[in-house]
Amino acid sequence: MAYFDAASTEPLHPQAREALIEALDAGWADPARLYGPARRARMLLEQARAEVAEVIGARPDEVSFTASGTQAAHLGVLGALLGRRRAGRRLVVSAVEHSAVLHAAALHERDGGTVETVGVNRAGAVDPAAFGAAVGAGDTALACLQSANHEVGTLQPVAEAAAACAEAGVPLLVDAAQTVGRAPVPAGWSVLAASAHKWGGPAGVGVLAVRKGVRWRSPLPEDDRERRRVPGFENVPAIIAAAVALRAVAADAARESARLSALVDRIRSEVRRTVPDVEVIGDPVARAPHIVTFSCLYVDGEALLTELDRAGFAVSSGSSCTASTLRPSHVLEAMGVLTHGNLRVSLPRGASAADVDRFLAVLPDVVKRIREDAGMQP
Amino acid sequence: MTAGQTTAEGAGQPPALTIDALGKKCPIPIIMLAQQINDVPREAIVSVLADDPAAFTDIPAWCRLKSHHHVASHELPSGGWAIHVRRNY
Repeated sequence: MAYFDAASTEPLHPQAREALIEALDAGWADPARLYGPARRARMLLEQARAEVAEVIGARPDEVSFTASGTQAAHLGVLGALLGRRRAGRRLVVSAVEHSAVLHAAALHERDGGTVETVGVNRAGAVDPAAFGAAVGAGDTALACLQSANHEVGTLQPVAEAAAACAEAGVPLLVDAAQTVGRAPVPAGWSVLAASAHKWGGPAGVGVLAVRKGVRWRSPLPEDDRERRRVPGFENVPAIIAAAVALRAVAADAARESARLSALVDRIRSEVRRTVPDVEVIGDPVARAPHIVTFSCLYVDGEALLTELDRAGFAVSSGSSCTASTLRPSHVLEAMGVLTHGNLRVSLPRGASAADVDRFLAVLPDVVKRIREDAGMQP
Repeated sequence: MTAGQTTAEGAGQPPALTIDALGKKCPIPIIMLAQQINDVPREAIVSVLADDPAAFTDIPAWCRLKSHHHVASHELPSGGWAIHVRRNY
């Protein structure tokens, strides 16, 4: 099986696996206690925090570990809104944020707040001027912009958005889940959310970083863990493994991202050449290194996933027939691109050129067969 | 939501053909449109009745990819839309 679904989850890094097994023995005790094994767990936890902080460009005391990237996004959005409640109740988000951010925004709205959604262009990027105007208007409490889109890979203009936010005195939450460990974290964030299993750490570890001086208040019941930001006993072994994975992938990121990006370029051009009636989606240049998305006219997305699974490829789709909601992906809708017959290929660390070539060799026939079955003659 | 090359051009024109794709999931409404658009003269309007939310995005996108013209999408009282497309060639 060639695994091409890294944007959903990256396979566990071998060094993280090793670290996790060791940490189950070394880091099991309660880091809040004062006896030997507890102090050891505390030390390992703080070491992991310092390592993660260094990679994301934060101070260790700005970093808290959460139970997932989703929880980091929820706490980031709701906590920043609560901290800024006196400044206003207006939240600005891009239309293509991850559902974790949009669901937190929906909760804010149900709670009487307002949400301003900034649309995207055909490539999936917000217009920095439109985003800046939305941030500057009214009593904006918080703005949210992802580093790169999780479905189409397009990079967002975070630096420009951060400049507009700074000028308006509005904090900016950056959901960097798709790029941490693959590309440098864009500067200018006030709150940052990320997820360890996207960079090769274990599941069950998210990162919430809140810049010193940014007002933030927990929306959850009080708890003294993780600088009072995240309730519950820390998963110390998984956090240690997450930090080990991040250090390992970050050390190799420049080389590996360039290699994967070249493979993505190959997929983008070959798919367009060999598959008729295809729309390759997302920005061809300003994009995450590992993600490519395209839609095939007249093709059922579920049939495409099933056929490719049979041929030995794990990929994903934003088409409605593959979603539990039976609605097309909100990202593809917001971009105004074709939503059916959609395929996302996202390459994990170490994805081989041979597997990519095999995929490119198999794809045209798979698409042709599905079209013929549906009664579309070439 | 962006909607391809949508403009008011052809807005008042009655459809020459109506395709009933209600209850059908994408890509079937698009396949029906692609198979039947050449049954109407050039510049004529085809109305696709569809209630799959994907069709609302995908028919304008199809028009853009195939250089036809998305005229407008009208909400139907019973749910779904009448999506008007003008044959360009």
